[in-house]
Amino acid sequence: MGKWTRRGFITAGVVGGGAMVIGVALRPGHTTPEAAKLMAGNTEAMISAWVKIDADNHITAVVPHSEMGQGAQTALAQMLADEMDASWEQVSFVEAPAEDVYANWAMAKGFILGATAVPKLLVGTVDGVFMQASNAMHLQITGGSASIRTTGVYGMRVAGAAARQMLMEAAANEWAVDIADITTVDGILIHAASGKREPYATFAATAGREKPPLTPTLKAPNQFKIMGKNKPRHDIPSKVDGSAMFGIDASVDGMHYATVKAAPVFGAQVASVDATAARSIPGFVDVVNLDDAIAVVATGYWQAKQALAAVQIEWTTTGNEDVDSEALFEAFQNDMDTAQAAGKTHSDMHVGDTASEFAAADGIISRQYKVPYLAHTCMEPMNALARFENGQCEIWTGTQNPLGCRYDIAEALDMDVANVSIVQHTMGGGFGRRAKSDAAIQAARIARAVGVPVKLIWSREEDVQHDHYRPAVASNFRATLNAAGQPQAWENLYVDKHEPAEAPHIPYAIPNQKIHYVDSPTHVPFGAWRSVDHSQHGFFVESFIDELAHEARQDPYQYRRDLLAEHPRHRNVLDVAAQKANWGTPLGENRGRGISLQESFGSLVAEVVEVTVIDGEVSVDRVIVAVDPGFAVSPDGLIAQMESGVVYGLTAALYGEISITEGRVQQTNFNDYPVLRMNASPVIETHIITSHEAWGGAGEPGTPGIAPALTNAIFAASGNRIRELPVSKYDFTYEFREQRES
Amino acid sequence: MSSFTININGQDRHVEAAPDTPLLWVIRENFALTGTKFGCGIAMCGACTVHLDGIPIRSCVTPVAAVGTASITTIEGVAEAGSLHPVQQAWIDEQVPQCGYCQSGQIMSAVALLRDNPNPDDAAIDAAMSGNVCRCGMYDRIKRGIQRVASTGVQQYDPQEVQNG
Repeated sequence: MGKWTRRGFITAGVVGGGAMVIGVALRPGHTTPEAAKLMAGNTEAMISAWVKIDADNHITAVVPHSEMGQGAQTALAQMLADEMDASWEQVSFVEAPAEDVYANWAMAKGFILGATAVPKLLVGTVDGVFMQASNAMHLQITGGSASIRTTGVYGMRVAGAAARQMLMEAAANEWAVDIADITTVDGILIHAASGKREPYATFAATAGREKPPLTPTLKAPNQFKIMGKNKPRHDIPSKVDGSAMFGIDASVDGMHYATVKAAPVFGAQVASVDATAARSIPGFVDVVNLDDAIAVVATGYWQAKQALAAVQIEWTTTGNEDVDSEALFEAFQNDMDTAQAAGKTHSDMHVGDTASEFAAADGIISRQYKVPYLAHTCMEPMNALARFENGQCEIWTGTQNPLGCRYDIAEALDMDVANVSIVQHTMGGGFGRRAKSDAAIQAARIARAVGVPVKLIWSREEDVQHDHYRPAVASNFRATLNAAGQPQAWENLYVDKHEPAEAPHIPYAIPNQKIHYVDSPTHVPFGAWRSVDHSQHGFFVESFIDELAHEARQDPYQYRRDLLAEHPRHRNVLDVAAQKANWGTPLGENRGRGISLQESFGSLVAEVVEVTVIDGEVSVDRVIVAVDPGFAVSPDGLIAQMESGVVYGLTAALYGEISITEGRVQQTNFNDYPVLRMNASPVIETHIITSHEAWGGAGEPGTPGIAPALTNAIFAASGNRIRELPVSKYDFTYEFREQRES
Repeated sequence: MSSFTININGQDRHVEAAPDTPLLWVIRENFALTGTKFGCGIAMCGACTVHLDGIPIRSCVTPVAAVGTASITTIEGVAEAGSLHPVQQAWIDEQVPQCGYCQSGQIMSAVALLRDNPNPDDAAIDAAMSGNVCRCGMYDRIKRGIQRVASTGVQQYDPQEVQNG
């Protein structure tokens, strides 16, 4: 790793009680359009790390990431502690936005500035930096599998290394010795020749007045003591005794409860509402018209739900009342055909000359793949508690985007953002869903309307029917093979591009490639779903390359491998997965293996799935994951994320389908939107490859490759090629292996 | 509205509620015991699992009037004499929870399983636990936690040993 390449600035200061504080602000390499809007006019875009050393030698890290079970807070603290040469027991951490009414920026500002010692570098910009920092962080970072590879690498490690260096300088000055002769261990400064030893705290106040180093020296991996080790996650004890406070557990005096019913057809509005019958339900308090939804407020959630069911609501019509999934996929195809014919597709990538290749080809292999809309179904249904008092709006909720949520509420309620505050709670699942502020906005509007604090809880049915869905996508492929069976041309045309931009790109060496897309918008709201566009394109690309291997009559692992000569890191990950899975050894009748390779969020993942297909029943027996994240800060945390990503993706691949009928979502709850359960869950083995390449993410990269590895395995076991998810759509008792002989 | 006395975690608590009010909401809202979670409302996810006379039930579909004189135990009541229940400790040792929202229900199901069957095999674990959904997908770890408690046991979790690569 060596020296930190300067991407921002380090600040230091001294606060009450002689504590030293260090902050690292970053200028990010890129911003999303959404983040850029909030960061306008400020180049010092985000504070990514703070650390404080108290007089008792206790070190506090402020971790600017929300916890949804991914373990990022613990891992980030590990990065800080290691670079500081602190002992793990000496370090604790707090989540930046969790503490107080104006948590995000006021707490951060107070934390850094303490009493009066304002680092000169920050004077005049501190409010802007912190405010916009928080926005940028939460818009960009708690999501995108980014905690470790951005905040950790560019923030926590740098802050830790800078703090250690400044402490060493302070000690060297005080002891009148050469800094090169000072060593550190477990939060102690040592000068061996003179026998001097002092805890960091002794020099904290002096060090805080030092000029921070511009480029502190980071540890080399062989110097790591805490990074790369498994440390028990700090959030787990409260999650085994019921004491963890999720948003749904928040409570304030005088609080009522609310639940909502939004327009079944997206985009419709309330035309009329009759709450006569609801008023006689015990506990009924009020009904609130939210324009596109009706809320009932009552003395309890159950009472609100009963009363809401008694409200008669008429909705406006939108013109989408006849839309169903079949029509949406027809529109996708029509839009692709029209754009293709007019030469008006948008280009993702164009290398070589696919047109000539296809024109001259003897045979063109054409395939279409489809994936449906997907809901997130976080275990914790959407909720938020809102209180209006003295012109202030307070929100208690769990969000992946606390400051974005704050801005969203201010905008929706036409308030000054300074009068809106978020009290962040741990999240009962996020997966991208909790990047949206819809429930919090509703809670704020309801609370303002009724004049008392209101805790809004969505029913599971509301959650399933009013998500921001993983988009449904159709993707068409064409390819040609040379005499050796290797692809010469690869064309991929698909609908609707979101993030990340590289999701449809392939690592395979194919001389002529054209990857392009068309816009085909629908009325169904969409949002980020664990691994975002990779979740669709991983299935498409890794299915099609598998089909090409089959057409070439080659082993699908070797076929991929042969096309990865230019990508040794990809090839190695693929090799490890294949070796650990004993690829090539017989599995027996009705069983098969499938493989996939996926690079996403800075990490490389290859997965092998073993299935048994008997009498139309698919059993997923075993999943082997090989992951190269560069370096695993918390190996067990990485393994847990791979397991989680695999199961999340398996649920979707096997059963996940949100279908649209009469303009609305057909599914309602876990009875018709099923979830993988323990009895169907495979054994999952994760193998970590430490390449020391740039550190990658963990939360999402396990998900995209599981669907294609599964369907490729089903093909190997049964000869049935699945081109449309979910697998449960197919009746395996009916042979549909028409394409096998093609 | 009717008046009910519910024995919960060893205490008698009184509540005024409509008889059909699900026990879940009485526990959460009237008794302020928020460790028991709402997940689906139709007994499909297990997040609301509590014990009724030691039997795991889905409190989201159990009317408060059906409790009668039975004893209710929630996640807040499983620890014994100030120390964690062995299942809770195993959940920490195996680093089971991610988001943690389903884990109260998972633990209540596991506690009941292990009390009735101290050495459950895979099929018994699957049968007892498959009514509890975990969207973070920690089924392998839940199973390991149960096996750890069982006298058959599994290797103790040693964080340093999990290292790989």
